[in-house]
Amino acid sequence: MSRNKPGNRIVERLDALNEFDREPVPRQQLKGAGNFIGLFAGEHVAGTEYVIGPLFVAHGVAAGDLFLGLIFGNLLAVFSWAFITTPIAVRTRLNLYWHLRKIAGPWVTFMYNIVNALMFCFLAGAMITVSATAVGLPFGMTMPSLTDTLPNSAEWIFTVLAVGLVVTVLAVLGFEKLTHFGKIAAPWMFLVFPAAAIAVLPQLGVSSIGDFWRVAQEKIWTGVPMAGQSKFTFWHVLFFSWFCNMAMHIGMSDLTMMRFAKKWTYGFLSAFGMYLGHFIAWIASGILCAAALGNVAPGPIAFLGAGIAGAVSVVIAGWTTANPTIYRAGLALQVVTPNWKRWRVTLFVGLITTAAAVFPALMMRLLDFVALYGLLLMPIGAVIFAEFWFFPRFGLKRDFAELHGIRFGWPVALAWGLTLAVCFMLPIEIFFKGLPGWFLAVLLYMLFAFIQQKRIRAGT
Amino acid sequence: MRTFLFIISLAGLGLTLIPALLVFSGKIPITLHYRLMAVGALLYFASAPFWMRRQKGK
Repeated sequence: MSRNKPGNRIVERLDALNEFDREPVPRQQLKGAGNFIGLFAGEHVAGTEYVIGPLFVAHGVAAGDLFLGLIFGNLLAVFSWAFITTPIAVRTRLNLYWHLRKIAGPWVTFMYNIVNALMFCFLAGAMITVSATAVGLPFGMTMPSLTDTLPNSAEWIFTVLAVGLVVTVLAVLGFEKLTHFGKIAAPWMFLVFPAAAIAVLPQLGVSSIGDFWRVAQEKIWTGVPMAGQSKFTFWHVLFFSWFCNMAMHIGMSDLTMMRFAKKWTYGFLSAFGMYLGHFIAWIASGILCAAALGNVAPGPIAFLGAGIAGAVSVVIAGWTTANPTIYRAGLALQVVTPNWKRWRVTLFVGLITTAAAVFPALMMRLLDFVALYGLLLMPIGAVIFAEFWFFPRFGLKRDFAELHGIRFGWPVALAWGLTLAVCFMLPIEIFFKGLPGWFLAVLLYMLFAFIQQKRIRAGT
Repeated sequence: MRTFLFIISLAGLGLTLIPALLVFSGKIPITLHYRLMAVGALLYFASAPFWMRRQKGK
């Protein structure tokens, strides 16, 4: 077969981009626990935290449901990193790309890259929207409201475009410096959340710690959704906090990070990200939303609690998340562009992302988007899990695509597609679809892999 | 020098959190808390980049 066919060129370029990570991580490059504490804590105290807390308030979560849902949902997320992702990561020491390539061949890996890149674009777009709510503050810009899906003013469009342009240019110039800046900002940014929330508690009628629970129930998480919003229960909070990072733990994209862990127990260190970011920061931003009388725009609520420092924290949180995300999306898409330089792909991705960010729906429907992101990539994680733990027990061969030089592993593609099709048809809300979907993906993949391996064995 | 910069950063972080506790206990108005938080941010970002080393490698 000719190596110059366009399909082969794409595969070669995709491999070249991941060339550095082709081999398992050598022993001397393993990282200590402190690195993972920093990574988890930094990654999960981001711009999205300013949006998710207020959205729980808008969806009328009751105080008890919120606290219990977050405690147990985050615990399940920690367990997912500790018992699902990290044990495989430390045994194989391979990143997701090479892991999937061995199992499913280059074409399924390519499809995964494209889906992931598109999701990255929308996630970065939401971060630009978050930053714009803070940048627009000094200009008295009308903030988008909870029900806004389209831009509400010319000022909003102009601000988002300006923020998006700066973020894109910085990503083109070199995202590494900004990522490093994000790491520096992380401890400060985390403190801004509780500080801003504590400062507005007296405005809500909390004058002593003893008042907190009463006010929480009566004024913050009242159990009554805002107009036009669906009602969230304990189960919504539990499943959302468990699955909001589904792409990373159950979906296995954090194999790439956790393969540097010395022990599988480092998966438990994800608790630093979950309980600092997805517990304290979400509770804090919910309190700020209630103090701002139900305003959900991150800029104004952070300003209310922390003044100019709060607004700056929103900009930093948004930018430091958007920049590496745009860069990674550009990297993933570079394989399908016709010999474009890295800067040109990043610029292209940045412009698309900025155009998407103009629509406030991206921020106001963030809960649904995050759930969708996890759901789309979850079946791939289920495939990797099934392959690693169940294949030897059922007499199936691992890494079948690599073993037989298969370029398109149809069992993986079909299990992925069918699982998603069934999940989308299930008459339950998107937050709950991931759990039955995971079991279905495992079963379908086992079945299809059995058929494939039996056929090939019979043919040889 | 590194220790001195580290202490400045800690002071910046202190100015980020402690004023909020003082607002909560009714000791200072929220406007002063805004200003102290801004000073805390300045102190932190003026010192932290110089003692936090960039990791080499990955």
